Amino acid sequence: MSSADSWRGRAADGAADQTLAETGSVVRLRARSRVLLGSLIRPHRRALGLAIGLLLLQNAAGMAGPYLVMLGIDRGIPPLRDNGDMTPLIAIATAFLAAAAGEYLGKRGFLILSARIGQAVLLDLRQRVYDHFQRLSVDFHERYTSGRVVARLTSDMDSIAELVDGGIDDLVLAGLSVLSVAGILLWLDAPLAAVTLLAFPFLLWLSRWFARASARAYRRTREAVALVIVHFVESLGGIRAVQAFRREPRNQQIFEDLNDDYRQANLHAFRLIAIYSPGIKVIGNIAIAVVLTYGGWQVMHGHTEIGVLAAFLLYLRRFFEPMQELSQFYNVLQSATAALEKLAGVLDEKPAVPEPATAAALPAGGGGALTFRSVCFHYRPDQPILPTLDLDVPAGQTVALVGPTGAGKSTIAKLVARFYDPVGGTVTLDGIDLREVADADLRRAVVMVTQENHLFSGTVADNIRFGRPGSSDEEVAKAARAIGADAFIEALPHGYDTDVHRRGGRLSAGQRQLVAFARAFLADPTVLILDEATSSLDVPSERLVQRALRTILRERTALVIAHRLSTVEIADRVLVLEAGRIVEDGPPDDLIAGGGRYADLHRQWRDSLV
Amino acid sequence: MPNLTLAVVLVAGSATVASGGMTLGELVAFVSLQLMLIWPIESLGWIIANAQEAMTAADRIYEVLDTPPSIVDRPGAVTVAESRGHVRFEKVGFTYPGTDAPVLRRIDLDVRPGETLAIVGATGCGKTSLVSLLPRLYDVTGGRITLDGRDIRDIQLDSLRRLVGMAFEDPTLFSMSVRENLTLGRRETTDDEIYEALRVAQADFVYDLPWGLDTRIGEQGLSLSGGQRQRLALARAVIGHPRVLVLDDPLSALDVHTEALVEEALARVLHGTTALLVVHRPSTVALADRVALLDGGEIAAIGTHSELLETVPAYRAALSAEALGVPDDVVSR
Repeated sequence: MSSADSWRGRAADGAADQTLAETGSVVRLRARSRVLLGSLIRPHRRALGLAIGLLLLQNAAGMAGPYLVMLGIDRGIPPLRDNGDMTPLIAIATAFLAAAAGEYLGKRGFLILSARIGQAVLLDLRQRVYDHFQRLSVDFHERYTSGRVVARLTSDMDSIAELVDGGIDDLVLAGLSVLSVAGILLWLDAPLAAVTLLAFPFLLWLSRWFARASARAYRRTREAVALVIVHFVESLGGIRAVQAFRREPRNQQIFEDLNDDYRQANLHAFRLIAIYSPGIKVIGNIAIAVVLTYGGWQVMHGHTEIGVLAAFLLYLRRFFEPMQELSQFYNVLQSATAALEKLAGVLDEKPAVPEPATAAALPAGGGGALTFRSVCFHYRPDQPILPTLDLDVPAGQTVALVGPTGAGKSTIAKLVARFYDPVGGTVTLDGIDLREVADADLRRAVVMVTQENHLFSGTVADNIRFGRPGSSDEEVAKAARAIGADAFIEALPHGYDTDVHRRGGRLSAGQRQLVAFARAFLADPTVLILDEATSSLDVPSERLVQRALRTILRERTALVIAHRLSTVEIADRVLVLEAGRIVEDGPPDDLIAGGGRYADLHRQWRDSLV
Repeated sequence: MPNLTLAVVLVAGSATVASGGMTLGELVAFVSLQLMLIWPIESLGWIIANAQEAMTAADRIYEVLDTPPSIVDRPGAVTVAESRGHVRFEKVGFTYPGTDAPVLRRIDLDVRPGETLAIVGATGCGKTSLVSLLPRLYDVTGGRITLDGRDIRDIQLDSLRRLVGMAFEDPTLFSMSVRENLTLGRRETTDDEIYEALRVAQADFVYDLPWGLDTRIGEQGLSLSGGQRQRLALARAVIGHPRVLVLDDPLSALDVHTEALVEEALARVLHGTTALLVVHRPSTVALADRVALLDGGEIAAIGTHSELLETVPAYRAALSAEALGVPDDVVSR
């Protein structure tokens, strides 16, 4: 960490911003990105074959040109000159026209087909990456950041788009040109062709150098652009704080640095092309000069016809020009491969809470009995959060978790919602290990309402319906009424159809919370978790919710975490936690009477009510 | 197309060579030059397509660049280094851009230097909007707000926001060290000031983090609990003793014990600081000298906590502890 970078601070894990897969060796990275590319293209093998066929047609038609020129000079001109016979020349010109038509049709067909293939590949890739991002667990996203996700889905995708848009064309056409021209050259004049092929070792050597150097360079550009986007997303996401605390100049300076890093990374990549691409050209030109000298000498000594030398030279140009294109294709490929490496890294990332291979069904009509058996949990082995926890929550019980910050209350909630899996021991719901329950079933059975609940842009009704997609307007309104959210919703300009704006920005924190409660009510889960769900509510809203809570909590198991003990008092049972251990356990009234920690907390809270 | 022209050139050229109008070498040179022309002509199509794409993208970028910032320094805005902290809202009205319904109507408030005014009201009544106006996160759409008698729009934005410290309901932390999150790049802040602010906010947990003040937190760093984040946001607001403090429900995520400690320390800071305090909880009201009850975007009542509790039924409904303190009431429903 340089001093200019000290604002970043130190993170527990230096490579926290990479996927686990990205830490692998470079060779493996490459190999994996090639596998990914292969799997993307495989479904389109047939279409690709057809496209290549069309290219071949176009290529063959195009290649006929110089050969026809040779015919024109060697066979067409002499009869015309000697006895004014136009027929051979006209025949040759007609063949030329046919070739032109073939080239046109071939190219047209290819362009349409290759665009279709390219877009299908991109569609597939975007879909795969998006699906995978959605499946990856919360802990991955906490590490990876939303900015990086955006970078993967935009700038990396663009770089691959560039490859599939023009890539197949460049590669196949240029490759074919080079190969077929090489064949023709050999057939025309083997000794001259041998001289030309002397250029190959140099071309190979230059390309190998470029492959290595540019792979490094492009990896750097991918990471640099990701950092630019991360900074963009994060600082604009917190724009209120940025402006209120006058952080703009500092942000600008940081952005300038990141932006400049990105520019430098790109410049470096361009510098490599600036050596490689003209290098290819120079090798080609030297080869042409050598062929001209040697060929001229051959013609002078009558070993070669002058028409053959002329055609040879024309073909030679067609040999090295696509070489140039190949070098450009190679460059695009390198850039896309760097992006593919990043995406392959993401796709290789395994969800920390994997979906079971064979899911066990939750018993129908299960009441939501929760059991923790010797559950142990930590993020880092040296900082245990739950050393070993045993807990039985009978179906239908409302349990309040109380204790200081860091006692493990939220961790218990997250284990039940399976945001994480325990490091040791098991958590079961109605006797089934949570790790064996299908994701969809678990999400239906367990719903969590937290302090800040995410609302999506859309109407209030949509946001409530999110709890159970497909429910009718009446059911939505009924849920809102049950919570007591109907009053404020009906007072909104368009009632249930009011757009809440991005992240529910149109609503106050308390209103957002009421919507979240209505959403949970509509979802009708067997287990409901309230993690500080009432702390941002004002007194009247809390009063409203409190009434509703009775309704919501009836006939289902509930875990309630709240520092407002008003919410705790409706619990059947209170657990006081300290450093991941249960230190008190019992009905609230018993604990208050018992004079322990909960009694202390309760007295403090009473006092705070003025 | 290129092959077509090549055919024409070949026929005409051959005829010319045959009639002795040009040499064979000239024809070869001509044809090879012509072949060199093919690639640039072919790529013209791509270049035009790319240019079109770039133009559309440029339009998008200009849309952003052409949007003028709505909150800027007025011509002749002055820098204010010192302030007594006398805040007045004069007939202030506010409507969010792009909406018709006003959020605030004719708000008159006079917060004397050093006074702490709590703002109380139902969810969604405009409390947060009201306090956002003072640091000019939004500009008033009617009336004016003055600081020491001067319209805040006539004060340079930078110096205004230097005078006004803020903590929001939803604490935003960035992926940076704790120190940077607290100072947000103001280099003049000393470690002593940071220590002092952390003490007020009861956020000494910072010193227990793996690298203390240098620990990276936020999205790309260590995750903190809601209460910890809120305490850091509070520390950020009080750092360097701003003359005016705007605290939007800054204690909501704290447990009872911590809340009591923060309140105690905050009481000392608020003494001598002008403050606007959005409050949801009876306990926090105790910090305020006076309370304003906001209802439907208007000030419904203003006075001390006990006055309002006695005389204003709406205030009792909004804040009275009884309703919550008697769970039996809840049970009976």
